Amino acid sequence: MVPLSYYLILGAVLFGLSVAGIFLNRKNIIILLMSIELMLLAVNMNFVAFSHYLGDTAGQVFVFFILTVAAAEAAIGLAILVVLFRNWRTINVNDLDSMKG
Amino acid sequence: MNIEVWVFLTFSLVAVASAVRVITVNHSVHAALFLVLTFFSCAGIWLLAEAEFLGLTLVLVYVGAVMVLFLFVVMMLDVDTAPMQEGFTRYLPLGLVIGLVMVAEMVLVVASPKFSSEKLSNAVAHGADYSNTEELGKAIYTDYLYQFEIAAVILLVAIIAAIALTLRKRPETKYQKPSEQVKVKKSDRLRIVKMKSEQH
Repeated sequence: MVPLSYYLILGAVLFGLSVAGIFLNRKNIIILLMSIELMLLAVNMNFVAFSHYLGDTAGQVFVFFILTVAAAEAAIGLAILVVLFRNWRTINVNDLDSMKG
Repeated sequence: MNIEVWVFLTFSLVAVASAVRVITVNHSVHAALFLVLTFFSCAGIWLLAEAEFLGLTLVLVYVGAVMVLFLFVVMMLDVDTAPMQEGFTRYLPLGLVIGLVMVAEMVLVVASPKFSSEKLSNAVAHGADYSNTEELGKAIYTDYLYQFEIAAVILLVAIIAAIALTLRKRPETKYQKPSEQVKVKKSDRLRIVKMKSEQH
């Protein structure tokens, strides 16, 4: 039997990797989106593990909804990316400074 | 250590190694493919945790749909990745430190005795007649029906938003107008000309 803490540590490691990925690849917006997907996966790992060890399906239902929202987010994010590239001919984060934020 | 722990460790090692490659590789297509490997390994781990439906959904929805979408976009946009790598070494120490601190904090919490208590250490191993999909379906269609419908609406909004964002009108393209095509009457298009037949 795999202990619960193994699952939780794996989730923590994946989450830390995706946070580091957001810092490392702050120029490349596609890898930023991928890091967000990885972060959601790490969270889902915790939900699945707790659902298994508590014998409660509510955690798996949550994962189901997180997957739905993540798919919607990826679709809209990539659509925005395509429009951005069509209008500016670049998706480099440094060039997208027209709002001077 | 029994076989389950070995399987878990193998899958988690593959998942972590490919996640490291996702954030360090300098080509977006390679990053997407390594992310596919990460998702696949995590699906295996979910199968080990008796979440069979979600494990298969992860492969079908993520690997089959979302990552293919990513690959399409990456290959459609002809981006120059060289300038995107320039800040990599500058932010490497900061990213590593913050990531390591977060992992250390979370490991301190989850390795505490609270998560190895009597209740959490022995999960029920179900037999072959147990259907995870059935259990999940029962929960979704009874207790979580309202949330399930909201999820459906969210997907509809995402479809419409993605289409509305990327749709563009080109003036040189000829479009059909279905409403006018349906509305048309015989008298608008057809003109019957009466004329004498010619005789030779």
